[in-house]
Amino acid sequence: MKTVIAENLVKTYDKGKVRALDGLNLDVEEGTVLSVLGPNGAGKTTVVRILTTLLRADSGNAQVAGIDVVNNPEKVREVIGLSGQYAAVDEILTGYDNLVMFGELYHLGKKQAVVRANELLERFSLTEAAKRPIKTYSGGMRRRLDLAASLIVKPKVLFLDEPTTGLDPRGRQEMWGVIQELVKGGVTLLLTTQYLEEADQLADDIAVIDTGKVIARGTSDALKKQVGGERLEVVVEQQHIAKTMEIVSAVSGHTAGLDEGLRLITAPVSTGSVALFEVLKSLDSAGIHALDVGLKRPSLDDVFLALTGHTAEVKVEEKEVKK
Amino acid sequence: MRALNDIYIITRRQLLLLSRVPEVLIFSTIQPVMFVLLFRYVFGGSIDTGQPGGYVQLLMPGIFVQTVAFTLAGTASGLAEDMKKGLIDRFRSLPISQSALVIGRTLGDSLLNIVVLAVMGIAGYVVGWRPSSGIGNIALGFLFLLFFGYALSWVGVLVGLSASDARVVQNVSFIVTFPLTFLSNAFAPTTGMPRALQYFAEWNPVSTMVAACRELFGLENQFGATAGSFPSEHPLVTSLFYMVVIMVIFIPLSLRKYRNYAE
Repeated sequence: MKTVIAENLVKTYDKGKVRALDGLNLDVEEGTVLSVLGPNGAGKTTVVRILTTLLRADSGNAQVAGIDVVNNPEKVREVIGLSGQYAAVDEILTGYDNLVMFGELYHLGKKQAVVRANELLERFSLTEAAKRPIKTYSGGMRRRLDLAASLIVKPKVLFLDEPTTGLDPRGRQEMWGVIQELVKGGVTLLLTTQYLEEADQLADDIAVIDTGKVIARGTSDALKKQVGGERLEVVVEQQHIAKTMEIVSAVSGHTAGLDEGLRLITAPVSTGSVALFEVLKSLDSAGIHALDVGLKRPSLDDVFLALTGHTAEVKVEEKEVKK
Repeated sequence: MRALNDIYIITRRQLLLLSRVPEVLIFSTIQPVMFVLLFRYVFGGSIDTGQPGGYVQLLMPGIFVQTVAFTLAGTASGLAEDMKKGLIDRFRSLPISQSALVIGRTLGDSLLNIVVLAVMGIAGYVVGWRPSSGIGNIALGFLFLLFFGYALSWVGVLVGLSASDARVVQNVSFIVTFPLTFLSNAFAPTTGMPRALQYFAEWNPVSTMVAACRELFGLENQFGATAGSFPSEHPLVTSLFYMVVIMVIFIPLSLRKYRNYAE
């Protein structure tokens, strides 16, 4: 059964000048994890906001757990949990206060809210920090508390909008651990991320979106296959970069990507060692000496590059989370 | 019933916040207390009122009104803060009454006003303010003040939700509140003002509120009441009218803004 369905969602801002969503289609099978992967500005947050009733689409349909998002937003809010890009908890209040308050707002009643708050604090290793104001928490702890707040009533669908953006590597690892635990417990999860590795780690299924549309959909393996299985990598001297990119692009059939710092040119190839040989031959006749050449198994980065023509390496202002 | 429960929880959150950051309460009372001292002892000496009991009798109602007028800024910046932190998204994604957050916020700010007004009343008493109208009318005067603060709180909701930045909110609220409180009869007679200003001051809701409170606290003299004009003859009715108008306009506007704020 599809727990989340979005059909043909369109959302424009600025009186139609900015098309945040341009006929987006999505669905999430019950008990699975879908990762919506895309760079900043691709429309990830807009999708989440529409599905969680915070925003109305200009056109299109959306259902969550069989409930229409536009006609029945109150009912939708009863079955979802949302954890946004910012840890949306009250900084001045303690972790415990926050969870009890949200529990009461979910109409659990004071007693039940206290029980649930303690359970969640325990589960997310926050018991020790429970009585401290959130502003003393680390970025990772805030996110965990925020996640806990979205799990108070065991939602049928959980939405996590960039759950690790802005976290340091350790915080990210911790968060992944927590999410993986949830997934094992069988939650239906829609997760947005701009980190390919994150999608690879956490999701059953990936929807790659760019400029408001889903441009590819499948398991991480299927997406990698779609790009052509393997990836050719060549490192050359600075002055040969342009020519080498031409050669690699010609052999691959896709525009080659370049990491300027490493002088590394990459492109997906489908013919493995044959392609490698062709490139070496062409380089040789062009008089270019390659410093390093190789075939690599593809990463999701390559998938992204091949699908969108630009890399997913978005320069994110990683805001230092206030301590 | 659920909606009431939601509103109650949000209001309680406001109070919990206050208890965790007592500085807010301290600073919301220090400023008006400073005004009391400033006007009472610095300017008061050179203002001749002919009022038995002296200038402070006229001053205190002015200070009270000014204090509750700043509720507008308090509500606005509180909401702007919540918005900045993404808290409003969380509240809006909960299965709660969609207006609970703003209603709870306005009620919480009114409760804060009760505490602040109590402190101000005591400060006034210490510097010689002696209302002479009997307990019933005095209580009615304070009720009037709370009601006025509550009405302005709804203007604050709209300002807070419309602003892009919490600092802007502070400035906008100040620009709205400051001239209203000073171009009035709160601190000095309006009779000394240029004609046009006198007119404004007379119909200014702050002036009618101050005049209403003076009446309720048992004062004869009302700074700058042009004899015969409607607001000076009927300050209570005019003030009540203003408050109702403010709420009739701003409650629906604010609630609509809140529902659509993401757009």
